[in-house]
Amino acid sequence: MSILVGKDTKVLFQGITGSAGGFHADQCIAYGTSVVAGVTPGRGGQTWTGATSKKDVPVYDTVRDAVEQTGANTSCVFVPPPAAADSILEAIDAGVELVIAITEGIPVSDMLRVRRVLDAQTGPKRTRLIGPNCPGVITPGAGCKIGIMPGHIHRPGRIGVVSRSGTLTYEAVFQLTSLGLGQSTAVGIGGDPINGTDFVDVLELFNADPETDGVIMIGEIGGTAEERAAEYIKKHFKKPVAGFIAGTTAPPGKRMGHAGAIISGGKGTAAAKIAALTEAGVKMAPTPTHMGETLKSLLK
Amino acid sequence: MNIHEYQGKQIFARYGVPIPKGIPAFSPQEAKAAAEKLIAETGNEVVVVKAQIHAGGRGKAGGVKVAKGASAAEERAKAMLGTTLVTKQTGPDGKKVHRLYIEQGLNLEGARELYFSMLVDRETRRITAIASAAGGMDIEEVAEKEPEKILRVVIDPAVGFAGHYARQLAFGLGLKGTAMSDFVGLCAKLYELFLKEDCSMLEINPLLISADNRVIALDSKINFDENASFRHPEWDGLRDANEEEPTETEAKEAGLSYVKLDGNIGCLVNGAGLAMSTMDIIQHYGGEPANFLDVGGGATKDQVTKAFRIILTDPNVKGIFVNIFGGIMKCDTIAEGVVAAARELGLKVPVVVRLEGTNVEKGREILSNSGLAVMPAANMAAGAQKIVELAKKG
Repeated sequence: MSILVGKDTKVLFQGITGSAGGFHADQCIAYGTSVVAGVTPGRGGQTWTGATSKKDVPVYDTVRDAVEQTGANTSCVFVPPPAAADSILEAIDAGVELVIAITEGIPVSDMLRVRRVLDAQTGPKRTRLIGPNCPGVITPGAGCKIGIMPGHIHRPGRIGVVSRSGTLTYEAVFQLTSLGLGQSTAVGIGGDPINGTDFVDVLELFNADPETDGVIMIGEIGGTAEERAAEYIKKHFKKPVAGFIAGTTAPPGKRMGHAGAIISGGKGTAAAKIAALTEAGVKMAPTPTHMGETLKSLLK
Repeated sequence: MNIHEYQGKQIFARYGVPIPKGIPAFSPQEAKAAAEKLIAETGNEVVVVKAQIHAGGRGKAGGVKVAKGASAAEERAKAMLGTTLVTKQTGPDGKKVHRLYIEQGLNLEGARELYFSMLVDRETRRITAIASAAGGMDIEEVAEKEPEKILRVVIDPAVGFAGHYARQLAFGLGLKGTAMSDFVGLCAKLYELFLKEDCSMLEINPLLISADNRVIALDSKINFDENASFRHPEWDGLRDANEEEPTETEAKEAGLSYVKLDGNIGCLVNGAGLAMSTMDIIQHYGGEPANFLDVGGGATKDQVTKAFRIILTDPNVKGIFVNIFGGIMKCDTIAEGVVAAARELGLKVPVVVRLEGTNVEKGREILSNSGLAVMPAANMAAGAQKIVELAKKG
């Protein structure tokens, strides 16, 4: 089972002919991911070949072509910031079920448009966006890695990981693996203010997944996504959760104006997030080195 | 990225947002000339001398002074330039005044001062506009103690700042007649500006409703979304080097994210979350971080070398902790950068390196074959403990 990605996932890479897109498509193939197509406007009809995997992947001009020809159901976006939001919109328009946007640095006004399109979807066939500015999603048990995470630190298992921070996700996974605990699925939701998928969305999926026994949730200062997750966990989540919030010692930023403070109303600090999660029954790791141990202590 | 009040007002003017007449000045002489020009144009002897710093709360700190006549404006300017203003938003060190804005004096008798802002709101994932009749005062206190006085509307990007949103705010603010229709027009203009100029925050405090019922932006605070800098080459001309830590600017130019702090342990980390928690764990073990430094996802050897150089420009640094979990970032790249930096800069402080992730074996090999006294650490906690210990000895 696992969540979001698995054995039936067929991936197209938007931006496969770029250096980062190509490198990581190759790494994903080496991990076992079924990469069926690449999309680069103007390069349709060409074939991309992985440097180490040696796998040939057909390149298409449009996402729609790629989906029609290969049956791809998931897209991984490596397109640089100026065209990234348009690429995400193209994937949504082509009816791709899951879009995982790795690109860092997309203008927030572009993401507001993407968010509006996601929110306006109706009917059963809706696109889910993960990211942007995220490491991606991996289900080790299905040999399916879509993103930039180092595959070798993962192992198949029954712990879910969800995080706003890329490198802290690796940290948590590595600790779990070192303790002999594998992962069902690890999801990086990204650190941008406007993103596709939130903690609550991922927790709902883990809650319903019979192959996930517990979850590590990693948040950061800023925003109120962790506070919302705490509310959800308290009311609905049936499995043990270990948590960590980065930024306890971050000095308050120099700022201008009051709008941010008015809107956050005292929420968003590490202390507020830790208090909300603790109150919801989440066991907080005292340092980022103790995320794995904290989760292990919760398992029976 | 922040800009000054006068720069924000110049943008306001381009979008037809009503502002008082004003001229920026960099010296008392320029202030005098600006005042003369304004007085001649308006027939009003009163001008306002406003310190231009990237922080609010200037009025209370003495950064806004009324002057009658051009000579008085020159005197005010002389007294203000070069002083350091400490406001609620500057932090304890304050900000030095290098620029002034000379503005026509307005008759505030019978006028109302409102608060207006727009920002990208994480919670609603849309642009939220905020308004309050309690402008000019400490608006954060109002928000905390009398939240009912804060009005907000969430803008649907499909329709923009439609009239009904603006009217909802305007009725709440008690606006009538021309002020009402002007305000509705103003909201549409500011929304257009917000999107086209790629703002992340825009604030007018106070927004003046004059005795004759006109709407005028008396102040401006604009914050740009740095992610959109690729489509705004004009932003380079709006930056004020005096408002930025020189090393932070240098880091930004090198594609690094660096914030100087007060401790003595330099940190070089990939990923913002890991960089923040590296600071957390250093403090957990009794040390103080000298900086936040995120080399980002795809740093090159040169960027790593540059990162070292930037960390070492801080004379307080007594040790460096390199904490890398490679995803996009390959550990061998980091290791090559560390070796190159050590050779070039001749490291005189202890360096502890923790590497994990993509190409970790290659990275460790490069470090151990380098002949440098770089100490490896098995994990983040061990590395943090070791560097805290070493920095205390140093």
